[in-house]
Amino acid sequence: MPGLEDLYREIILDHYRAPRNRGELPVPPAHKVEGFNPLCGDEVVLYLVVDGDTVTDLKISGQGCSISQASTSMMSAAVKGKPVAEARRLIRAFKALMSIHESKLEGEADGDALAADLEGVRLGDLEALQGVVKFPVRIKCATLAWNTLQQGLDEVESS
Amino acid sequence: MTPIDVARIKADFPILKQQVHGKRLVYLDSAATSQKPLAVLDAMDRYYRETNANVHRGVYTIAEQATQQFEGARAKVAHFVNAHESAEIVYVRNATEAINLVAYSWARANLREGDPIVLTHMEHHANVVPWQILAAERGIEIRWIPITPDFRLDLTNLAELLDGAKLLAVSAMSNVLGTINEIRPLADAAHAAGAHVLVDACQAVPHLAVDVQAWDADFVAFSAHKMCGPTGIGALWARRELLDAMPPFMGGGEMINQVTLDGFVPNEVPWKFEAGTPAIAEAVGFGAAVDYLTELGMDAVRAHEVQLTGYTLDRLEQRFGDNLTIYGPRDLAVRGGAISFLFDGIHAHDISQVVDEEAVCVRAGHHCAKPLMKVLGVPATTRASFYVYNDEADADALVDALERAEKFFAF
Repeated sequence: MPGLEDLYREIILDHYRAPRNRGELPVPPAHKVEGFNPLCGDEVVLYLVVDGDTVTDLKISGQGCSISQASTSMMSAAVKGKPVAEARRLIRAFKALMSIHESKLEGEADGDALAADLEGVRLGDLEALQGVVKFPVRIKCATLAWNTLQQGLDEVESS
Repeated sequence: MTPIDVARIKADFPILKQQVHGKRLVYLDSAATSQKPLAVLDAMDRYYRETNANVHRGVYTIAEQATQQFEGARAKVAHFVNAHESAEIVYVRNATEAINLVAYSWARANLREGDPIVLTHMEHHANVVPWQILAAERGIEIRWIPITPDFRLDLTNLAELLDGAKLLAVSAMSNVLGTINEIRPLADAAHAAGAHVLVDACQAVPHLAVDVQAWDADFVAFSAHKMCGPTGIGALWARRELLDAMPPFMGGGEMINQVTLDGFVPNEVPWKFEAGTPAIAEAVGFGAAVDYLTELGMDAVRAHEVQLTGYTLDRLEQRFGDNLTIYGPRDLAVRGGAISFLFDGIHAHDISQVVDEEAVCVRAGHHCAKPLMKVLGVPATTRASFYVYNDEADADALVDALERAEKFFAF
C-alpha cells in the first residue's frame, strides 16, 4: 500500500510552502490563463509572457491543495525561460508520467509509446510527483498546472 | 424515546466491521452517502432471490409479490414523511432527479420569461443548476437569499425577494454548513407572495422527523442512499393536485394509460412520472431503510446527532483553537451533524488524505456547493458528518487524525 511519504515528498512540500514565481504580471503584454479542478476546487492562474519562441516570463497565482500548488510551482520553474517547443515537450512528458501507470494497469498498448515519449526528457525535480499516480484521485491535482499551461500556450499561438 | 444504542447499531452495518490500512474504519461521510444496515441488504437480496419480476405487469404470483413490495415501500416512504397518500410519492433516482423533474415538468408548464424564482446561497448544485438551465432556456430571473455571518439564511429582505416570485426552492439542511432552515415560516411567506415551495430535504429526511404537511411545502425531494437505503432511488413528494396537473417528465412504458398511433393518455400519478422499468430492488431497500429508521425513532436519531455534534465541536475547539475555522452555526438547535472546517494554511484535500491513513473517512472539496464556497471565500472545506452508527470514539479518532495532519503540514 502506498504511504503518505510517496505522495508528499520533501521537495513537493518545499514547493508548496515556498512557491516559486508567485505573483501577477500586467495583461497585456502577459497572457492570463486560468484552470480549475472541479473535483476539489483547485485553481491555477498563469501569467505567461511569450516572446518569439520563448517563454520569457511566467508568474503563478491561485489556490489549492499542496499537490496542485507544488506542481504549479515546479512547472513554473521548469518552463520559465525555456523555448515554447521545450515547454510543450515537458507538458507531454509530465502527462505521460501521470498516465503511464494507469495505462499499464489497463493493459493498453500505448503505455510503451508513452514510455518512448519520455525518453530523453529530463524531468528533474518533477519526478518527485511520480508518487501521485499511486493516488489516482490526486492525479488531476498534479496535472492541472500543465493542462492550464498547454491551454495558455495554445491561446498565445492562435492569437 | 429510546436513546440510540450505537454499539448495537454498529453491529447492524457490515461495512463498519472492516479494517482499512489495518485500522478500524471510521466513517464520517454520511452527508455524502450513508452506510447500509444488514436489514436493507437482506431485503434487496431476498427480493432478487425470491420475488424478482417486473412490476405492474404479470398476473403470476411472484409478479404480484414484486408489485406488492414495490408499492408497499412507497406507502412506507409516504408515511415516513407524513404524505397525505402514497400517490404523492414519485420514485426517482435521487433528490437531484426529483428537483429536475419539477424543473422540467412543473416549471416549464408554469414559468414564463421574466418570472422570478428564489434560491439561497447555501443550495447544493442540484438545487441551482436545474434552475440555471431553465433560466438560460426561458429567461426566468433567479434571486438569492444570502447568508448571515453565523451561517443562517439572511431573511432581512425576504419579502422583497419573494415579491412576484413563482417559486422558492430551499434546502431544509445545508450539506456544507449543517444549518437547519425552518421551512414553515419560509413556506408561509412564499405562499403569501403567491410562490410555490420546493424543499431539498436530502439532508433533512435522514436526520430529522420530517412532516411535509407541517412544512406546508409543495414539493419535497430526498434520496434513499443518505438514509440507510440503496443508491439509485429517491423520492419526490408533491401535493396531489400539483402532480395531477403536471405534464409527464419522461415518456415510455408504465407512464401511459393508452397509446395509439395518434398519441397517448398518461397514467395516473405517481406512475405518470415513472416511465420504464423502475428500480424495484432499490425501492424494496428504500422501504427497509424506512423501517430501520422508524424502529430507531427519528427523534432519537436527532437527539443522538445533537449530542455527538456538540461533543465534536467542543473537542475541535479545545484541541485546535484558532488554527481551525468551523463553517456552520455553533447553536446545536439549528444545525445537523455535518461539520465543515478548515485549518489555517492547510488545504482541505491534504487534510483528508492524511486522515485517510488513520482510516478516517472525511470529505474534502466544495461539496457541490460552489456558490456557497465563493460566499464563504474558501476554495474547499473538509467535512465530517455523522449518522446513527457514529459515536464519541469516532469523533475522538477524527480529532487525533486531524492532529497528525496538522503536524504533518506544520511549516
